[in-house]
Amino acid sequence: MEFTFDNNIPIYIQLLEYMKIYLISGVYKCGEKLPSVREFATIFKVNPNTMQKALAELESMNLIYTERTNGKYVTKDEKIIEKLKDEYAITLAKSYFQGMKKIGLGKADSIKYLEEIDD
Amino acid sequence: MISMKLLEINNLNKSFDNKQILKDINLNISSGKIIGLLGKNGAGKTTLIKLINDLLTPTSGEILVKGNKIGIESKKIISYLPERTYLNKEMKVSEIIEYFKDFYEDFDDKKAKELLNKLDLNINEHLTKMSKGMQEKVQLVLVMSRKAELYILDEPLGGVDPATRDYILDTILSNFNDNASVIISTHLISDIERILDEVIFIDKGEIVLQSDADKLRNKEKSSIDEIFRRMFKC
Repeated sequence: MEFTFDNNIPIYIQLLEYMKIYLISGVYKCGEKLPSVREFATIFKVNPNTMQKALAELESMNLIYTERTNGKYVTKDEKIIEKLKDEYAITLAKSYFQGMKKIGLGKADSIKYLEEIDD
Repeated sequence: MISMKLLEINNLNKSFDNKQILKDINLNISSGKIIGLLGKNGAGKTTLIKLINDLLTPTSGEILVKGNKIGIESKKIISYLPERTYLNKEMKVSEIIEYFKDFYEDFDDKKAKELLNKLDLNINEHLTKMSKGMQEKVQLVLVMSRKAELYILDEPLGGVDPATRDYILDTILSNFNDNASVIISTHLISDIERILDEVIFIDKGEIVLQSDADKLRNKEKSSIDEIFRRMFKC
């Protein structure tokens, strides 16, 4: 997969977004061992230091943890991932409604549109 | 253990025939970073790089590599990709590999062959038979196949197509280790900025900015390329 980055936004913030989606969607599951910083850097084609920064941020959010000599793992606590998923879904929903509001559509109408679309 | 700066430049000046090319350069570079040396044509990038590689002598000031003055010891740990090739084009790639192996203790010929193979470059070919882009790739492979502590790449992306640029950036990323740093001079900022830790802007022989790349993006809310263009608008 090719990852695209917007050079206007700090790269580590964009990495953080990619990683959150990976965790929410279960690409890396609860308790699963993560690739090393270097492997991640190769996957995303970014600087290992930038990758490290993004992982440190995930760690400070308790989404992942480090086992002393073993590397990094996804949190074992499913609730944390569920909460992240919830927050992410709310953000997406809000941005949808905001967009609809701009073209003069209220919540009820917006929901109707959602129901009409096929996947 | 005292942590030592990998590269330290203090009050460096360089003049040619009374024309000052570099003015009071002060720089500190630590290990494990990829640093972009960014400046317009004629800003002094190559002059600075040549000074670090002992190809020019400072008019005043000092350059220290791991605390030592530039010389045999610094050359052992710096792998330098010059702007123009110095390789003998009559030679075959395999002969150049032997030459590098003889010349540099830290040269990994296996790695060089492996990288060349990945790039579909035939080591039995003479350099003269290769396109400019292919020659540049060969040279980059040779430079990155040394286990150096400081890689200095002067315009490594100049003559190559965008697909190859990506490959070159990958090669740089996957071959530099935590103990090494890479300085990349270029004016092709947008191609390279995603892999940079730090940026140094040089203009008219002076360092006008040194910053963490992401911090700078965050502060200015724009890309390094954009910031550079704004700062040095002609």
